[in-house]
Amino acid sequence: MPTLTSNYLALTGREEAWRFTPLNRLGGLHDGSARISTEQSLNSSDELPQGVSFAMVSQDALSPATQSDDVIVQRIHGNVTQIALLKIAANSQVAQPILLNRIHNQGFEAQYSQLRIEVGENAHATVIIENSGAVILGEDIEVFIAPGGNLKFVTLQEWSDGSVYAARHHANIGKDATFDSITVTVGGSLVRILPTIEFLAPGASAALSGVYFATAGQHFEHRIHVNHGVPKAKSRVNYKGALAGKEAHTVWIGDVFIRAAAEGTDTYELNRNLLLSDGARADSVPNLEIETGEIVGAGHASTTGRFDDEQLFYLMSRGIPMDEARRLVVRGFFAEVISQISNEQIEERLMARIDDELTKAGA
Amino acid sequence: MSTLEIRGLEVSVITEKGPIEILRGVDLTIKSGETHAIMGPNGSGKSTLAYSIAGHPKYTITAGTVTLDGADVLAMKVDERAKAGLFLAMQYPVEIPGVSVSNFLRTAATALRGEAPKLRTWVGEVKAAMSALNMDASFSERNVNEGFSGGEKKRHEIMQLELLKPKIAILDETDSGLDVDALRIVSEGVNRAKASNEMGVLLITHYTRILRYIKPDFVHVFANGRIVEEGGPELADKLEEKGYAEYVGL
Repeated sequence: MPTLTSNYLALTGREEAWRFTPLNRLGGLHDGSARISTEQSLNSSDELPQGVSFAMVSQDALSPATQSDDVIVQRIHGNVTQIALLKIAANSQVAQPILLNRIHNQGFEAQYSQLRIEVGENAHATVIIENSGAVILGEDIEVFIAPGGNLKFVTLQEWSDGSVYAARHHANIGKDATFDSITVTVGGSLVRILPTIEFLAPGASAALSGVYFATAGQHFEHRIHVNHGVPKAKSRVNYKGALAGKEAHTVWIGDVFIRAAAEGTDTYELNRNLLLSDGARADSVPNLEIETGEIVGAGHASTTGRFDDEQLFYLMSRGIPMDEARRLVVRGFFAEVISQISNEQIEERLMARIDDELTKAGA
Repeated sequence: MSTLEIRGLEVSVITEKGPIEILRGVDLTIKSGETHAIMGPNGSGKSTLAYSIAGHPKYTITAGTVTLDGADVLAMKVDERAKAGLFLAMQYPVEIPGVSVSNFLRTAATALRGEAPKLRTWVGEVKAAMSALNMDASFSERNVNEGFSGGEKKRHEIMQLELLKPKIAILDETDSGLDVDALRIVSEGVNRAKASNEMGVLLITHYTRILRYIKPDFVHVFANGRIVEEGGPELADKLEEKGYAEYVGL
């Protein structure tokens, strides 16, 4: 029988949702043993464009958070009193990306944090969250997109060594609204992200893209959950990962539910993993549950493999040395997703980081 | 003046059922400025010869030598063979997702020349090579071979040939899948590269029609893993008329 500590379920690690996660490396985020910091660390770097506001607000001033069965998210909701609120006013067309960043350099003190992003009706915006520094952080990000709204949502996990980041990135998408997310995870000791989607009305669509690159000892886990509970919503999932080094471990779960009411659903999810050395492990589990046959399409694919010898031969036959050829192939593999960020400076930084990790891993 | 010398080359591929011998003793010498056509039926081992010279890991050399100006080609890694001056235009060039043609070409030129080409002259060089092959300028922004038509792939191979300036080029069924216009354009590219560079050419083909555009000095008939007859251009005319039946029946 599971035992309860205070109001929270105690994890054993045998739960389906936790069976891949090394609980002992979560820094206490899951079991209440962490000393909780109250310091808020998320900043908006530049002057905010017109129609955009960013402020800390009391939890009481906001509608209750959306439910989650994730124990860390529950603890975040129970502990956080001040929520960061980013609002994009209705009909705003924000051309410049809204940059939020978090740079911790005050050691590993566990912290819970909550961010809410509200995109008004017919508003268009891009939000980029740059995560770096050393943390033990549990974070819940909730996105609400009103009818006709459009949000491009980029999160960069470039945490330093030893960091722990356990988060839910949850989007609620309204009628004819669009959510495009790009999740990049290249740094940290343990990163566990739950990108979850709830469609609120027909015509809503979500495109979830991600890249991750785990090297020796890193555990990067992405558990996607897309709930088609309304008719005529569309979802696309495309995550690409590379692994190099001993005990590099990645987990990708893609759960897509098409409920009985969700006629006209169109969904496809894809996960590709590139194993660059021995001793690394990629778990990839797509799940599709369909309760109605009246859909446009539903599919998934998952591949995990090594370098394609034919690609390397082709490049090398043009004089390109093996290590350079591998670098080109890996860069190319990630470029499909990274180029969607549409920010040259960030893209170059990420590519340089990927080169760097490849060199260090000797792959 | 360069010489590619192939002596007694025997090559196998490893299969689940054990090794299968494909080349059974090939002797061939190609010098700068010469064009040799290797013609033969499907499955005779023509492509195996091409890929073995280029160093594809699938093939195991069991006997024989390949030298370029005396240097042991078989001891070289794949990229070293290219640096030594060999080039293989492939029949089925592979897609490299996410790697643009311009990035690929510049990386290859940098590796072969030992230093990055000067940006300004390089851009001009690439543009000239592309327009000579009737390729749109937007081509360089596409990913290598990704979504290319058959003809585009072959043009892309020959564009590399012109830019990378090898000493000896092996063209593996460059004519396959090309319509008449594309065949002419691609052949002109080969002839330009040959004229500008005294390049030696080993032209592997099933059909004689490409020989109307690229004139061979020597024709070799390939069957069952070896050269079974050799001659001048007139041998191609005979093949055109009579086919490979007499060689396959050997």
